[in-house]
Order: sequence, then C-alpha cells, then structure tokens
Amino acid sequence: MAAQSIYDVTVVGAGPAGLAAAVSSAAAGLSVLLIDAGNQPGGQYWRHPDEKLLPDAGHAGHHGWKTFEALQSRLYAARNTGAAKYLPDTQVWLISGGVAPSQPFTLQLMPSRDTPKPQHAIPDSVQTRRLILCPGGYDRQLPIPGWDLPGTMAAGGVQALMKNHQTLAGKHVVVAGTGPFLLPVATGLAEAGAQVLAICEAGSPMAWLPHVAAVARVPSKGLEGSQYAALLAKHRIPYKIRTIVSRIHGTDHVESVTLSKVNSAGEPIQGTEKHLEADLVALGWGFSPSLELPLMVGVATHQDVDGSLVAIVDEDMRSNVEGVYIAGEATGVGGAAMAVAEGTLAGVTAAADAGQTTQPRFAEKLRKDIARYRKFAVAMHLAHPVPSHWTSWLDSETTVCRCEEVSYGDLGHAHAVLGANDPRTMKMMSRPGMGWCQGRVCGYATASITARLCERAPTVADLLGQAKRPLAAPVSLAQLAALDEPINPES
Amino acid sequence: MSTDKQPTMIFAGQEIPIRSGQSVGAALVDAGIRSWRTTRKNDRPRGLFCGIGICFDCLLTVDGQPNQKACMIPAEDGMRLEPGGPAATGVALRADEQELH
Amino acid sequence: MNHPVSGKGADVIVIGAGAIGAACAFFAARAGMKVIVLDRGEIASGTSSACEGNLLVSDKEAGPELDLSLYSLDVWNNELKEFGHLWEFETKGGLVVSATDQGATNLKQLTGRQRNNGIQAIDVDVADLASYEPFISRELTSGAFYPQDSQVQPMLLAGGLLHLARGFGATVHTGTTVTGFIRKGNSVHGVTTTNGTYYADNILNAAGTWAGGIAELAGANVPILPRRGFVLVTEPLPVTIRHKVYAAEYVGNVLSSDAGLQTSPVVEGTHSGTVLIGSSRERVGFNNEVSLPVLKNLAAKAIALFPVLAGVKAIRHYHGFRPYCPDHLPVIGPDPRVPGLWHAAGHEGAGIGLAAGTGQLIAQALTGGAVGMSLQPFAPERFEEIHV
Repeated sequence: MAAQSIYDVTVVGAGPAGLAAAVSSAAAGLSVLLIDAGNQPGGQYWRHPDEKLLPDAGHAGHHGWKTFEALQSRLYAARNTGAAKYLPDTQVWLISGGVAPSQPFTLQLMPSRDTPKPQHAIPDSVQTRRLILCPGGYDRQLPIPGWDLPGTMAAGGVQALMKNHQTLAGKHVVVAGTGPFLLPVATGLAEAGAQVLAICEAGSPMAWLPHVAAVARVPSKGLEGSQYAALLAKHRIPYKIRTIVSRIHGTDHVESVTLSKVNSAGEPIQGTEKHLEADLVALGWGFSPSLELPLMVGVATHQDVDGSLVAIVDEDMRSNVEGVYIAGEATGVGGAAMAVAEGTLAGVTAAADAGQTTQPRFAEKLRKDIARYRKFAVAMHLAHPVPSHWTSWLDSETTVCRCEEVSYGDLGHAHAVLGANDPRTMKMMSRPGMGWCQGRVCGYATASITARLCERAPTVADLLGQAKRPLAAPVSLAQLAALDEPINPES
Repeated sequence: MSTDKQPTMIFAGQEIPIRSGQSVGAALVDAGIRSWRTTRKNDRPRGLFCGIGICFDCLLTVDGQPNQKACMIPAEDGMRLEPGGPAATGVALRADEQELH
Repeated sequence: MNHPVSGKGADVIVIGAGAIGAACAFFAARAGMKVIVLDRGEIASGTSSACEGNLLVSDKEAGPELDLSLYSLDVWNNELKEFGHLWEFETKGGLVVSATDQGATNLKQLTGRQRNNGIQAIDVDVADLASYEPFISRELTSGAFYPQDSQVQPMLLAGGLLHLARGFGATVHTGTTVTGFIRKGNSVHGVTTTNGTYYADNILNAAGTWAGGIAELAGANVPILPRRGFVLVTEPLPVTIRHKVYAAEYVGNVLSSDAGLQTSPVVEGTHSGTVLIGSSRERVGFNNEVSLPVLKNLAAKAIALFPVLAGVKAIRHYHGFRPYCPDHLPVIGPDPRVPGLWHAAGHEGAGIGLAAGTGQLIAQALTGGAVGMSLQPFAPERFEEIHV
C-alpha cells in the first residue's frame, strides 16, 4: 500500500528524543508521523512492562518517569486529534529521496517482527518533507575471552529484562565495564533479589575530579550519585575500580569469572587475578549510537569524546542534509534529559524551517539546557574512557565477531599476512561484521583492534566502515520483489 | 475465583510457564534455559546477549517461523518453539518442496 | 621509498593492488623480477572487493575473451593449484536454466557451439534439473551444466597473491596515489606519488575501473568506463544452492552495450551460508546511490529461479563498478604509444576469472619469454581513435 499523503515531518524512534520531537512538532502545527520499532513508546531508557498487559506495573527505578508520562499523554492526545499519526511495531529499512531541495524523503517500512503479526496496518512506504531521526543507541561491547558463553549479556539487556519482562537474567552476577550505567544495572539486580558479587569499573573515580564543576551544574546527577552509594552499601556490593573481568569460564554457560586489576591503559596486571563463581556477567562500555539511518541519507559524522561515531548537528539540531534533523544519543551519548531537550528543539526548528511560527525564547532555553547536559556528558565520557590498550586482554582464540565467529587471531592473520590495514579490508577478508547483526556488536571492537594492530588510535574512517548499513534491518526477498518500482521489461 | 491453567509455551517438547508481558527469551531464562541455538562454524551454544534486539544471537523458530528474536517476541500461551542453529535456520522445508519433479 | 636495484630502479611498478595487479605482481616476482605494487587505497579496495569471485567459461561466446578464460582456467588448475586453499578455490560448477521453449532451443544451440569451442557443457533435461538443485523452480524448460565454472574469495585472492609476491621480494605500498609519470623522452621510467617517487623499467597500469585516468596521466588513451552492478546478500542459510545458477539471458546481458538497466538472475551459495544474488549492469558513471528498481529486479528474479527464497531475508547489498571497454575486451600488454607503459585492465565482469591468465601472460611478456597466447586482441593501441 503506497503512501496516501506526504507528512510535514516524520520522527523515527519513540524514545526520549523521538517522543519529545513528535510532541513539539505537532504542537507547532506540523503534520507528524512517529515511527517506532517497539510496541509502545519509551525506547530503551523508559522501557517498562507492556501497558496493554500490565497497566498497573510499578515504575520503580525509573528516573524522569513523570516526564515520560507527560510526553506519552501529549502524544496520544495529538494522535486523537489527528495532529499526529503513531506507528509502533514498525521498522524503517531504507530511506531514499531528499536529494533535490523540496524533494520528499521516502521511507520503506515493514513490521518489526514476523510473529505475532502487528494488529494495525503498516504501509509499505511513506513520504515526508522533513525527517527527525532519533535512533538512539545500544550497549557498546568489547570482547573478553569467554564472553560468548551464554550467561554473558550486555548490561542494557540485563536491565531490559528486569524493566520490561520482570525477569532476572541470573542469580550471582558480576557487572563490569566502565561508566555510570553499571550502577543502576547492579542496584536494580540487587533490589530484584540477585546477588551482585562486584561492580568492576575499569576506570578510576579520581578521573571525575577535574570535572566537578560540570557535575555541580546538574544537581539531579549529584542526588543520583548519593542514592546509588546508599544502595551499594545496603546490598554490600563491592565497587572495584581499575578492575576488569579478564576471563569468563564455563563449558556451555557462564560458571565463573576471573577479575584482574588493570593499569590506566587497561592492561591487566599480573598476579592480581581473583576468581569468582557466577552465572551472569553484565558488560557495558558506554553506548554506540545507531547511525545507519542518518548515514543512509548522507548525514556527516565525527568522533565524539567517548570515541563513538556521532552525527554532526548545529545548535538547533539541523544536520548537514536539508530537511534532516537528528536528536538524542545519535548526536552524542548524554542521557534522557538531554535527549528530551534535543528532541523538543528539533521539533521547534523543523517547524520554524517549515514556515510555522518561530519560538526564539523557547529555543534559546532549550539550547542552554542542552549545553549544560552536554558539559556533564563530556565530563562523564572523559572519566570513563575505553582503555587505550584494551586489546591486550585478548588472546588469539577470543571471539571478536560473535555472528561469524571470527577470532582475534583471525584478525591478526588478516593484518600480518594478508595486509589488511583498515577495518573495511579487515571485514572483507575475515568477515567481522558480515553476519546477521552487520557489525552492530563487533563494529567498534573491530575498528579499534585494526587501528591498534596498525599502532594508531581508531579514526572516523575506521568507524564508518562498520557503521554504514545499506539495509537498516533484514528484509525478505518477497518484500523487495514487491517494491513499487518497475520490473525490467527485458526479462 | 477463576482457576485458569497457567499459560505455557512449548520449547523442544518441554512445557515452559510464561508470565504476562514476558518475552520468549525471558520465559526461557526463567525456566533455567540459557541457550537455544548453536553456531554454524563452531557449534557453540547461544541464548540472550544484547537483550534489546540488535545482536541476533537469540534466534529461534517460533510457530514455524525461523530466525525470530527471542528477546523481542512476546510469549503467548500455546506458542511452539524450536531451537535455532544451522539445521533449523532459513529455508523451512515443507514436504511438497522436498518432492523431486 | 624506492630502493633501486642495480642503480636502475625496480623491474616493474604495478599500479593497482586488486586481483589483476596482485596476479601480475605474483607471477612477475616469482619470475625473478623486482616488483613494487602501489595502490591509492587498500588491497583490493576497488572492484575486487565488490564482486562475487566468479571464474566462468559458461557465459562466453567464441572469441579472444573465451580463449583467455580457458587459458586462465588452466593456470588456476595448474600453476596456482597448490595455493587454491588460500583463496577458497572451489570448482563448483554452473547451472544455466531457461524458462521458455524458445530459451530451451537457444540454450541447446549455445551448448553445441560451446562444446565446439572447448567448453565442457552438459545438456540437462528439465526432469533432471532438481537433481542438480533440489530447490529450483519447477517452471523451467531446460538447463545446461558447466563443470568448469569455479569460485574464489576475491579478497583472500588479492591478499594471498600479494603475500606470496612479498615472499619473492615484492613490496606493497597502499595509501599511495600516483600523481604523474616520469618520462625519458617518450618513454616512462617512473611515477610520482603522494608518498614519493618510484622508478622502474616497466610500469603496469592495473587500476581497473580507474585505469583510464592512469593511462591519461601517461598520455595514452584507454577508454575504460564503469558498469555498475549490485549484489544482494541473504541471511546465512543451510546449504540450499549447490552450484552457481543463472538464467540463460545472462549471456546476452554480458555482451550488451545498452546503458540502461540490465538484470538477469545469478544465484549462488557461499561458505558462510549466505546466498549471493546478482546481477545487474548499468552505465550510470560512479553513482553510489541505492537503486530500488535494481533491488526489486534482483529479488524477483531470484525468487523466480528459487521460489523458496521468497521468505529468506536479505541482510545487506553491495555494488561495484566493472571496468568496461567499448569492445567488451580487456586491455592487456605493452603500450607502444608510451614505451615502458603496460596495461592489464578492463576485464568487465570477468576480472577474477581472467586474473590468473592475465598475470602469467604479463609476466611472460615482461620477462621477454614466450607468451602462452597472443595478446594482440587485447592490444591497447586499438583505441587510438576512440575518445570517451
């Protein structure tokens, strides 16, 4: 079913940024389409039990829940008046068009899962004059020997299981990696009844000291900090700094882990190993923004202070591509409050660019909020870097690409023998990033490993090789064959 | 007071209890099942990894549909699940397709 | 930087580290020449990284390209046999199928001609198609099986050949763009690059789809144009498709000079379980934008060949630019217009298969020895009067 009309703006993603963008665009008088792969609004940050099945489920542990509730009810109100259309359970797999000024974008859509079939109709494609892309991000991963044993999960996945499915992924847990996100995951597990054996933070909290001023300007973060400290004490969770999980042991699932102290470059220190029995390892090294949709429409990117590839936007959330705005984690990882401010501003800007009334004072306030949150995010990133020599904890058998089962040794061979000096060549020769997930999990690690093998730090060019995806999600050949395009008359 | 039978799904012939709002993957983990797929090259077990639908580790066959993400499919009473893995992925052979011309 | 041998520089500079350049470098180095390989990008970062790795004799009518294909096949199966595991060499066989009665008639005539030309071709009755490919469509009319059609992994090929060449003393410099030629009178004896100057008695232009630009720097006209092709890649599957399978009109497309979109199904499985689906040909310059009509056509035609693919997912697609000469023949050999300059480029969609033969012939010619087959049909100077 082809598009019936052209929307003024289409927002992709219904997390904090996308919800805010859809609501502010609609409030400014634009016709809005909000598309989201999930079955209800909230994205990753505001994951909660299915409201249709469990409308009274508690929302303990959710920061900013009132903000979410307000945005959600404004979205539904806009939907009810016809100002906004909301398509959940919908995956955008390709975006084209927008090449000439005032040429609309066409988004190819499909259900975000094959079964059970969504109950609402999803058009095959829609057209829009403007795009606000809020694709969010996902846990950044670094391989560890043994990390491919079942019972090893991304920290965000462990939290999603708790928040969304009220399920504990394990009973004796080690949480490891770097960054403040390890805290809510660990305390959430403990409050739900798991035994959290340790939080292993590769960095050092001393790294915060130069950035105290940035922290002070966001008082809610300080409050959060002291709440976590209380919970760690309550559950007797050791918080070990300059510590990593250096090996995960087990035959067919996680049975135990080895912890090691590391130096500031992430290199394990001999003789500091400790052995712990565990059935769950939750790993988190910050977040990787999902950039395939912005890259598809030609958005320029650069490397943020956390080493991630992010989209470049001006202070009003415009990208370099006319008609395309980006908000949320994709412009730089910075948490939900910043995402809401960015999404709101993107909607305001899109409306102004479309000739609706401008809101200069509101826009100025949003810019100031964003700047404040950004300073805090930068401080956080600088305090929790990916250790520069993290690859030193790999051995030649360590799986780097989980989908294609490519080992660190395979990558070393491609470099030393076959001459692969960049991640793209590495990918083409040894196949990391060629499997189902198309480099989402191993992309950062592969770029980082390749750079380190060439004795340099990863660059934007390194990261781009694994971030571009010609199809944003797997799409059936039948769906491709049904595209609204001419068949070659020749055959 | 209604005494509805506990909803269950069937995984490889085994009845797995499910709670409202759980994903297939969550229900399997609750039942102590950590892996339900083997890898193509090294025949290694896999289950949940990223938990949010981006890693494709947790694939299994749901009601005859191969390669479904266990972390994203809501568990429903009566669902039939089969393990993923090289033998079960992709092309689902039906009896009439196996017939040679 | 260059380390001259006998004070005179290297014996040959190879411009281009793709399949063709790598094969030439390997054979020349093994023959005792001092070889320097230059590439502005990385190893196989051009068309060699965007193809399927096909070695086909089945799609060629009588003529110099078929002669070169058969010669090259012989090199793959003899001189290069011991290294085949380095690039996953597999004699997979190709199955060509027709979907109409006229197509069946044409195919039978074709296989008859092909057998006369030295190609092994087995006519396959429609009733026997499923024994070759259990999942193939039941709506076809006939087929032909080509046992000689083979497969390599093109990245491993280029990387492997260059690794072997380095074992014979060759050096490889990536990220090095040729900016000009150094002349001695009308001859060339060196190149300037973004990483310094290199000298050699012979300079081989193996720059593929970009070889026209290199030739122009040297003052020679070699009209090579890009012919874009897309490949769809499916999810990993259990073994579904055993051979390369394609429709009979593929041959017509290869030979066509039409600039418009030509698509014809080519389907094959890979070691990793993915199925590759081609093929398309368009002359759209170096346009990198996705083409929805191409994706639609490739998918629809693949399903027509293998109905079971309808429910299979594509996980990515890629495209490349075949180097295309107006007369459908590559450019191989010395360029009499610019002494010292050689070419090995313009192999269109047959570059991987022809790499072995091209490499050996170039090395033979460079060392002044007997050449295994005449390079006259591929002579660069045939383009004296053609300007693109």
